[in-house]
Amino acid sequence: MNDLIKAIEPAPNPNIPPLRPGDQVSVHVKIVEGGRERIQEFKGTVLAVHNNGAGSTFTVRRIASNGIGVERTFLFTSPRIEKVVVERHSKVRRARLYYLRSRTGKSARLKQKFD
Amino acid sequence: MFKGLIGKKIGMTQIFDEQGAAIPVTVIEAGPCYVTQVRLPDRDGYSAVQLGYQEVKPKRLTAGELGHLKRNGLNLPPLRFLREFRVKTPEVNEGDKVTVEVFSVGERVDVIGTSKGRGFQGGVKRYHFRGGPKTHGQSDRHRAPGSRSSGTTPGRVYKGSRGPGHMGNQRVTAQNLKVVLVDAERNLIGVCGSVPGPRGGLVMIREARKQKR
Repeated sequence: MNDLIKAIEPAPNPNIPPLRPGDQVSVHVKIVEGGRERIQEFKGTVLAVHNNGAGSTFTVRRIASNGIGVERTFLFTSPRIEKVVVERHSKVRRARLYYLRSRTGKSARLKQKFD
Repeated sequence: MFKGLIGKKIGMTQIFDEQGAAIPVTVIEAGPCYVTQVRLPDRDGYSAVQLGYQEVKPKRLTAGELGHLKRNGLNLPPLRFLREFRVKTPEVNEGDKVTVEVFSVGERVDVIGTSKGRGFQGGVKRYHFRGGPKTHGQSDRHRAPGSRSSGTTPGRVYKGSRGPGHMGNQRVTAQNLKVVLVDAERNLIGVCGSVPGPRGGLVMIREARKQKR
């Protein structure tokens, strides 16, 4: 890509470690609520990592109350992310874990990977 | 102050504002431009500023083009592109240098370029005709334009009716774009939103004509 564009593109947020699909993560997002800023945690599984230079994103899926799945996609360059904590890695065999969407309960579990 | 620039579209990316919201940015490498001629109503019948952009080897220009840049003690480098900007009062002198610093962040600009050529296209792509039904026994009517006008009266198609034909490769103006980035060191200017033309295409930047005052 053009070097002139690279020069003005934002750098990746240094508080985001390298992520893999299947990682259990906790994303600490800054949100503005009633005029003041606070940190909100978003805990879930990384479904996909989309590599696209400064437009790279990762998608996190969590199961909210009543078993409703919630997915959020974050930019790796986003300054609104305070930090990302990787809680555990999983043994997965594909890059996009979209099959988890159609699964609930026990079948939606992933085997932990120790390394 | 005269505000206008000629540049080259570099491409699009996104940057973040102070609130952390992502804004789409088109990056344009613009200037340094030189005022190659000032058009005056008395002499030329209209007033405008002619700018030149992109230095090239002298042998790339014709003798006439070189002479235009070297006339009357004017000593400008050989410039590849010359474009005129219509202004009410040209507040510049011939030979002046214009850089991206004439624009500042937050200003509104119009960006003029040549849209990407799309060749001969049908009515569906060119004018968003709806095309025919996809089912109910239709054959060969899926992207057909349908009727273009009335029948026996007037017995012809009015001029200017929309239909298939050449699309793109036309002068297009993107109006009222916000300047979000000015980099004097690298001669870069960034505007919010998209800009006509391919990457590497020539674009003209001027002050927005239809601004909220």
